[in-house]
Order: sequence, then C-alpha cells, then structure tokens
Amino acid sequence: MSELHYQPDDFEALPENARQQQEIPPGLSYWAKVWLRFRVNPRSLLSLLTLTLLISMVLLGPLIWSQDPSQIWLESRLQDSQGGLVAVLVEPELWQPNIRPPVTVPARPIALLATTEQVRIQWAPLADVRHYWLYRHTRMPQDKDDVGLPLGYSDTPWYEDQLNLKSRLYVYTVVAEFTDDTQVALPVLEVTPQLAIGLSSARLQGLVAESAIVGDTVTLPAHPLGTDALGRDTLARLLLGGRTSLFIGLIAPLVAVFLGAIYGGIAGLTGGRTDEIMMRFADFIIALPFLLFMILLKVLLGIGPGENGIMPMLLALIILGWPASARLVRGQILQLRQQDYVNAALLLGANRRYLLGRHLLPNVMGVLLVALSFAIPQAIFAEAFLSFIGLGVTAPATSWGTLSNEGMRLILSHPQQLLFPAACISLTVLGFNLLGDGLRDALDIQMQEGPA
Amino acid sequence: MGLYILKRCLYGLVTVWFIATATFFAMHALPGDPLAEDKAVSPEIRRNLEQYYGLDKPLYQQYARYLSNMARGDLGVSFTQKNRSVNDIVAEHFPVSAALGCLSLLFAALGGVLWGGLAARFRNRWPDNLIMLCVILFISVPGFVLAALAQLSIVEINRWLGWTLLPVAGWGSLAHMWVPSIVLGLATMAYLARLTRASLLENSQQEYLRMARAKGLSRRRIFWHHELRNALLPVVTVLGPAVAAVTTGGFVVELIFAIPGLGRYFVQAVQQLDYTVIMGTTVFYGAFLVLMVLLADIVYGLVDPRVSLAEADHV
Amino acid sequence: MSAFGLLVSLASAQVDYDTATVTLAMSTEPPSLNSLQSTDSESFFVIGHVMEGLLQIDAEGALAGGVAERWELTDQGARFWLRKDARWSDGVAVTAKDFVFAWRTAVDPKTAAPYASVLYPIANARAINSGTLAPATLGVKAIGDYQLEVRFEAPCPYFLGLTAFMTYMPLRQDIYQQFGARYAAEANQMVYNGAYTLSRWIHGASLRMDKNPFYWGRQGVAIERLDIPYITSDISALLNLYRDGQIAYIPASLDDQTLEQALAQGERIRLYSDWAVIFLEYNHRSGRATAHYGLRHALQQVVDTHTIVNKVVTTPGNRPLYSIFPSVIKGRQQAFVTEHPPQPVLMDLEQARQELSRARAELGDFEPLVMLVTDTPESLKLAEYLQAWLDQSLGLKVVLDKQTFKQRIAKMHSGDFDMVLTAWGPDFDDPITYGNLFASWNDNNRGRYHSEEYDRLVAVADSTNDSLIRMDAMAKMQQILIAEAVILPLYERAKPYLMDPRLARVVRSPFGADPGFRHARILAE
Repeated sequence: MSELHYQPDDFEALPENARQQQEIPPGLSYWAKVWLRFRVNPRSLLSLLTLTLLISMVLLGPLIWSQDPSQIWLESRLQDSQGGLVAVLVEPELWQPNIRPPVTVPARPIALLATTEQVRIQWAPLADVRHYWLYRHTRMPQDKDDVGLPLGYSDTPWYEDQLNLKSRLYVYTVVAEFTDDTQVALPVLEVTPQLAIGLSSARLQGLVAESAIVGDTVTLPAHPLGTDALGRDTLARLLLGGRTSLFIGLIAPLVAVFLGAIYGGIAGLTGGRTDEIMMRFADFIIALPFLLFMILLKVLLGIGPGENGIMPMLLALIILGWPASARLVRGQILQLRQQDYVNAALLLGANRRYLLGRHLLPNVMGVLLVALSFAIPQAIFAEAFLSFIGLGVTAPATSWGTLSNEGMRLILSHPQQLLFPAACISLTVLGFNLLGDGLRDALDIQMQEGPA
Repeated sequence: MGLYILKRCLYGLVTVWFIATATFFAMHALPGDPLAEDKAVSPEIRRNLEQYYGLDKPLYQQYARYLSNMARGDLGVSFTQKNRSVNDIVAEHFPVSAALGCLSLLFAALGGVLWGGLAARFRNRWPDNLIMLCVILFISVPGFVLAALAQLSIVEINRWLGWTLLPVAGWGSLAHMWVPSIVLGLATMAYLARLTRASLLENSQQEYLRMARAKGLSRRRIFWHHELRNALLPVVTVLGPAVAAVTTGGFVVELIFAIPGLGRYFVQAVQQLDYTVIMGTTVFYGAFLVLMVLLADIVYGLVDPRVSLAEADHV
Repeated sequence: MSAFGLLVSLASAQVDYDTATVTLAMSTEPPSLNSLQSTDSESFFVIGHVMEGLLQIDAEGALAGGVAERWELTDQGARFWLRKDARWSDGVAVTAKDFVFAWRTAVDPKTAAPYASVLYPIANARAINSGTLAPATLGVKAIGDYQLEVRFEAPCPYFLGLTAFMTYMPLRQDIYQQFGARYAAEANQMVYNGAYTLSRWIHGASLRMDKNPFYWGRQGVAIERLDIPYITSDISALLNLYRDGQIAYIPASLDDQTLEQALAQGERIRLYSDWAVIFLEYNHRSGRATAHYGLRHALQQVVDTHTIVNKVVTTPGNRPLYSIFPSVIKGRQQAFVTEHPPQPVLMDLEQARQELSRARAELGDFEPLVMLVTDTPESLKLAEYLQAWLDQSLGLKVVLDKQTFKQRIAKMHSGDFDMVLTAWGPDFDDPITYGNLFASWNDNNRGRYHSEEYDRLVAVADSTNDSLIRMDAMAKMQQILIAEAVILPLYERAKPYLMDPRLARVVRSPFGADPGFRHARILAE
C-alpha cells in the first residue's frame, strides 16, 4: 500500500453555487433560502426570464398586434414575412373575347392582362387543333416534361388563368394537340402578375372607402411573420395558439397536481385500509398506457359543435395526470410522520392544523412545485402530439401543436410556418425543464422524474 | 421473494383487468358508428353486420363475452381488417414496434451513459455545458419535428451522394431501422444522460470513492470501475418504464417512416373506430407495461442489495 | 449479399425495364382482399389486379370483356358467354358456377357483405339479403359451364359496368369454404383468376404481385411484377420516396407543398379526375333552419365555386361545380353538362343579405349553424374558409363540428347537423349515380331532402333503358337542385400525381383497380 499522494488535480474549486450556498445567512425563512439558492443559478434565472417573456408576449401581444387571427385574406395566401404590399383594385368580369382572331396576329402567346386575380393569354390559332393545353411554371422549362403545373385545356386560342396566382414570375407554355395526336409547344410566355385585390372584396374587408374605384391602389396589411394557406396572419395565430397551448400546458398540470395532492394527502393522513384502496386505484391509472388512453379519452370526450376542444384536452390530461402527484404527496406525508421532530411536536400537544401548516405544507409544496415544472412540458407535448395526429383543438381556436402540424406540410416551401410554433414549443419546454432543474437544486429535493 | 413475485403477478392481473374494463366501456361510449361506411349501409346489411360482430347483444353480454374471450387469449376479429383476428395483428406488428423500441433503447442507453459520463467527468467545464445543452434541446423539441427533419435530411443526403445511403422510409432491413430508432431514442437518451450525470455527481461525494482515491487508484480506474458502476443503478430502474414508453410511444415515428408497427395500427383503428383492434391493442400494451415494471422491480432488487423487495411494496 | 450491397441495391429501382418490374407504394394496407367484404379503393387496387369479373376496364378506361367474351343486355336481364380459356391460378377453369356462388354468397345475410346492395339490381337480391328469401332464389343462373343468365328486378342500363366491380368478382366455392372466415387473410389463402397473383403479403409492410401464368390474356400483360414495399399515407414521405427513386407512382394526391417541390425538380405533374364531387349538404329535416329556402338561397349567392377552386383548394385540375353532376360524366354523346348546361347562379351580396335578414325574421334566432366536417386537413381548410367567409360576407355565424370520419358518418345518418361538408363518388358510369342521391328513399340522402317531383324524375330515369328520356329526367333534376339550392356545390375534384415517365398505358379509373397496370408498358430508355 502506497502512502497518500495528493496531486493538484485532486483538488478542485467548489462550484460557484456551492460557495454561495454556504453564505446563506441563518434565520431566514424556508422560501427565502430557496430563492437565494435559486437565483445564483444562471440557468434557472435565464429560464425564468424566458418563460416570463413568452407568457407576457402571448398575453400582452394581442394588445400590440391587433390583427384578427381568424381573418382570411385570400389575396395574401402563404406569404413570407412582409411589411404591407401595395395592390391595385380590380373588378373581375367575365371574359368573352371576340371569336375572330385579333387583326394583328401575335406571333407568340401574349398576355392581355396580368394581375393576381386573372391572367389572360391569347395566341394565334393553329389549324387542326383538338385542344390547347396550358402549363404554368415558376422558371424556364428545362425539357419537355418540365413544363409546370397543368392548368387545363382550351379549344379556343385564348385562356384565362385564375389558379392560385401570386405576384411572381410565371412561365406559361401552350401545347397544341392536333387531331392526329401530335403535339407542338408554342413559344413560352413570361408574365409577372401585378398584385391585385377585387374592389368588392377590398370594400368588404374595410380596406378602402366606398368612393374607391378600379385602378386605385391600396396597401394590404403587413404580416411580419407571413401568412398561412388561407392568408391568416401567422403572428396573430402564433399569439392565439400560444394562449391555448400555455393555458392547457399550465392549467392541466396545476389542476392535476392540486387534485392529486388532496387525494394523496387524504390517503396519507388517513392511512390504513382506505389508504391502500385509494393508492391501488391511483396505481391503476398510472398503469394505463398514457398516449393510448390520451387518444381514447380525447375521442371519448369528443368536441361538440362550436366547441374549441380545449376542455376535452384539459380533462384528458387531468384524468391521466393526477396520480403521480398523489403518490408524491402521500410518500412525503408517510416520511414526515416518521420524523422525530413531528413526533416531538405531537407530544408537545401541537394540533394537526399547526403540523400541516408548519411542517407538512412547506415540504410538500417544494416537491409539488418541482413535479409541476416537469408536468408542464409533458402536457405541452401531449397537446402537440394530439394535434399532430389530428385530435387537436378546433377552429377558430388554434394552438402551437396545431400550427406545427399545419407547418409540417409546408416544411420545404415555407419552413418558417413550422419553425415558429415549433420553436415556441421548444422554448417553453426548455424553460420549464431548466426551471424544474433549478427548483430541484434549490429545494434540494431528491426525486425521480418519469422518462420523457 | 417467491411470494412477493406471486403477489405482484396477481396484482398485475387485476391491473390488466382494470385496463380491459376501462377500455371496454370507454370504447362503447365513443361517439360514432363502427359499421358506418362511406356509402350508406342499407338496414338489411346493417342488421347482418351487427349480428356478425355481436353488437346486437346487450352491453353486459358483450362485456362478458369480451372478458371470457380475453381470458382465453382471444382478442376478437378486426372490424376493418375483415378477415384478420386482432391476435394476428398484434403478433405481426408488435415485434416490429418492439424491434424499433429495443434498438432505440439500446441507442438511448449507450448514448445516455456515454454523454452523461462524459459530462460528469468534465463537470462544470465546457464539454459538460455543451453536452447538457444538446441533451436538453433533444428533450425540448417535439418528436414529430425531429422525425420530419431526419427524414428530410436523408433525402437530401441521398440526393447529394447520388445513391441511396439510407432508405427514406419503409421496413425490412437493418438499414431501415437506424434513423427511426435514433429519432425515437433521442428523448430517452437525453433523459438517461441527465440521470447518469446527476447520479455520478451524487456518488462522487461517497466515502468509498474517497477511500479508493486514498488507496491511490488511478482516476480513470476509479471512474470506470467504481463511480460509473454504482451510478448506473438508478439508470437500470428506469429502463423498465423506458422500454414500455419507447415501445408504445413510437406512433409518430411509425407514421412518418412508414413502419408497420402496432402504434400506427392503433391510431388508424381509433380513426376508423375499429373496436376490437383498439381494445386488443390497449389491453396488450397495458399488460406489457405492467410486466415491464414488474421485471424492472425484480431486476432492481437483484442488482441492488440495499433494496428488499418485500419492503419496496410499501413505498 | 453484403451489407454494402444491401445499401446500394436500393438505388433507383422504381421501374426496371429488363425484369419488367414496377415498384410502388400504397397509402394503407388493403383492409380485406375478400371481394365480398371489401369496400375501399386500396382493396380494389389489389383485387382488381388479381381477380377479374365478367367485364373489365380496358387501356382507354372503357368497358371490355373480362371473363365474359360476349354479352347481351335487355330491360329484363342480361346474358354472358364466358371464355373457355379463363383459368384460376391453380389451373382450374373459371365457370359460370363461380359467379353464381359468389353472387349468392354476397347477398346471403350470413355473409354480412357491406356492399351487398350493389347486387340489388338482380332479381330477389334485396329480399334475400333481408332474410325473407333463400339465396338460391337469386335471379342468376348458370347454363352449362360457360353461360350466365341474369334476371333484373327493374331495368338496369348500367348493369354491365357493375360486373367489373369487386363485389361481382367470381369465387371458388371449394377454396372459399376451405378457409372459411380466414379466406383471403393471407396471400396463400385464396385463389386468383386475374392478370396477377398475390405472391407475397406481409401485413402493413409490403405486397408483391406477379403475373398469373394461367391468365387467359397473359400475352397482353407486359409488367411481370408489381412490387409494393412501402405502405404509408404520409404525402411528404411518399414524395421523398419518389424523389429518392424508390417508387414509380405516388398513391395520394399532391398538396400545394408537394406540388411546389415536384415542380422545382422538373417532374411532370399529371392530373386524374376521380369523378368525386365535393359539396355542402344541408339538413332538410323539418325544424332545421337549413330547411328554409331563403337561407340556402342566401348562401348560394355568396359562395362562389370559382373562388373555391382557384383560391381555397388551389391545386390544379379541380373544376367548378354547379349542381351534383360533374363535367366528367357522360350524357348521350358528349358530357352530360355539355348537353344540359346548368343555369349559372349570379353572385349577389346585397340580395343575399336581404334574403338572410328575411330568413332571420321568419325563423327567429337560429344561429349559430353547425357545420359538420371530417378532421382531414383538406376538409378543415375548406370548412374554415366557409366559416370565416360567411361571417365576413353575411354576418352569418357558423360553428364547426369537427369529427373523425366514422363519427361524421354516424352524425350524418342521425341528422345531427345543419350542414355537412361531404363528397360523393360514383358507383357506376351513369349520371343517375349522382342524380338518385336526393331521392327520398336513398339511404345516402343524409339531409333527407324530399321532393315529390324529384322522386318522380328519379323513378322515370330508373324505369327505362331509353337514354333520351333518362337524360331529360336528369336535366330536370339538375334544374331543381340549382333552383331550390338543395345543396351548395363546391367543386369537382382532380388529383395531381406523379408517375415515372417510363410507364405508359397506366389506367386511372374510378370503376376499376386504380391505377391499373394490367395494360401498362415500360418504355425503353
């Protein structure tokens, strides 16, 4: 056996917070001590700050950004961030071009009109044509298969395109199909339609005064985070969705933990046969496969007509969520009952209420607080998951989960539609996880969290 | 010990009965009509179908038949997969979910211990901070986002390479399994990494380590032989529930990667109101979960001499 | 094979000219391959390749001889002459008895076949199915092995088309009885008479069909093998597989996002009109606000089918819809709507508002109206548009009742809605498959619209084989549907899809296996 060797490596500085902990002055209340320990941890503080920001953004945001999240702007479908585009007022009318070709026959297809309401194309007629097929691309075609969206066909040498037009470059290809089944592609036509809005539509949406006429311009509302497939403002929907997600994510665990605490408290304090039966029942609920029953319950509770589906989501989460905290609280009580100081207090004639308030509550509160901060991410995830498989909240309500689900389908063309709600979910979950960590350290609680 | 296991098994059976009953009544309270088709079903056909599935009997008779069939291990005939029994469906698709789950758990356990160990080894220095940041990010991003991003990356990598490095979706070979199981395991891995780190840090204050250090054992040897080994105990305990969580939690990954697992069937069955498949799958998963927790408790009792199984019952 | 080989062999195998193999994906597992139990298009896709009825769909999408070589249709019935070289995949001849057995089993109440009603045109079928007559009394008779005689309940001008449908496929009594309830549960638990046999079926994971060596028309079948190693309905996953060169065809319709991507890649986008019409069905039961004509008329004047096609649904190929009859369905010579153009509805916001306020005055407080909708993204998008637009234009409050498919059907059946976003696809190639939807006796008339005149017109169309009388009756139905605003037509659906350009003559049809590879060819590169 060699003698003791200490090397410099064997010593290390105590971590920052450990040093601080020892400086906590005696005589402070329990919660004051906890706060002292909590606030020295930068991660905890950061998470608290993030969460405060998120919550106040979601709550106060609508006061600043007052667009209606349900307002549909068909003129501005699926746009990326923009600060208010200028559109020209038009009044779409039925197009009935003269059957005879124009006097000067255009050599190649020409656009007679190009707005986002309609693009009118005309070309010189060819002999023995069965149909003219119309294709629209967003760049120059590379080969004969690469002609773009098939729009339809026309038997006359003109076509009006109204399909999903945006103010961007389009390349139209007219393919003439002859009666002998051969096909010839006409020279391509490049068009960038002007952003337009129907006069009646603009009036209806209160964008222009009654006196406005066709040809006037109007500035459309700005959409800092873009719009969705129906032209609804993403920022407004994100704020609305946040209220739903955070409401579900906070209220469900709160109620579940509260109910569980009462249940566990009763079981623990009563003890005996009642305790056993009560806890057995809680164990049954814990044994249910969570996601499966979440789905089942969600479908079972259903969403009535006109309901937004938040209540069923809350209920399902509460029904499945309460037993965990019931177990925790009961465990704490059983532990405390064996503590000498409690027995001493009892001997000294302390009544139950005093015991509950002085010893039990602070201890239990700590555990519950930590349990809560880990239950919140779980609830937020459950909401997102259910939305992903189509069991989320219903319009006009929306949630971050529902928004991510919608964004998933646009991940390639409009990635921010997924990015924003997913980032909000992640930030919130991250915040609560870190907060939970910090709280646990500060409260110095040894506990088992369930697998994520 | 034997008595304890027997008691636990009995208790497990009661739990399974509870799950079966809860599912049965939840099922029959579900709004909707399992026999509805896209096109209207004439009253004649409807009556014939109800007879075929026994839905014309009173509820208590259906319940009795359901329980007695289940006791015999017969989960019934699917409503949508008209000529397959639920037993067939479970037998065929559970192994897929299980394979996916096991692989992802293996990945999660190895990765979790590795990263957790590394983080603890470099505690409070930059590798620790970096690892813990990644870990907490993995816990914080929803699974379906991770899965979609992973799939997209495969496509882009394949296109960039010009040949198929990894299949985009589907099932059948080992190559199909890597990405889905990694995605599925990430959250568990992150969780295990945190657990391992915390457990290591806690253990590092223990007397026996001071003793070992005092004996002059090399740092590396102490870390791998003493610290890590003991720190892994709590990791073992959560593996049971983790197996269940990972096996039953693969819906999203199964949906996105087109994997014929049981989870996908369950979601489909709920949407199509396939009574028998919903009940069969839930009961099967419930039983599986109960079994896993039981096994984990027993294993823990065997591994850790400080825990007496008989006592564990009361906590 | 080495692990390396395993990785590399996956590359670009969707269409293989040398082995005449086509690799595909399916959106869901076929729920059942028992032709009597199946009701869905996935099952029909497989059954239509491995089984053949009396008639089949040819390369042009028209009806052609299948097991039957020749046929004759009258007002009273039909007669089929079967080809003598038709064989089952075990070499046994396909005979008229196989059809008699299949059809009798289909209407037997014990079978509980969900689509038994497609056989109701055959004499006694309905009575047998309700248990009042014995299956043997069905109006179908085998005359020898190669002749089949069918008696009708009433004239049935579209009967020939029905014989290509899966419920009409033949069944081998010995095999069917040997496997009992497990018939067609696995690939080796059934027998095939179609162009292909199912050679492998791993549930939920993959299927494989190989050319049937006993098929009478085997010389005309160019594709040797249809390999289906992927089953997923996730459209992005499918597009990813297609882009990765793993599949030759996408079995779901592309949405805006996947279209944009496919375009960026220079893929050739194809359109398939699946003959489905999407509309808002009103609840006409008494006591419902939607039974009031003024309310329906107000909605009719603000909801513009062109806006829906161009700005809400936005995928190409969809067409405006003015009544229940889509532009694809044929009349006598040309399209039905070309021969009988629907009268256009003018959009008139002012008029609509006035009409709505009159309706409010007469009906009292009826808002909000309940709009029942399935929880698929496409339906929700449309429903959310309608909800917001009716509020914006008319100030009409509508709430959504979002339900899963089966729940929506159940609620439609019990009449628990004011309006429901629904779709209708044809059962056979005749406009009456749309027109009879609003006959008061039709179980599919979920809004319970009831009009003596409309019923009379449907009865007229069902009473004769004279197409002039029938089309005229249906033109009048179209008028009623528009004039009384019976439904709110939204659009006629088309499905944009991608298919490997090396494939030719793949048949897309709502009446056969879709897509059909029976006549397909692989073009040499």
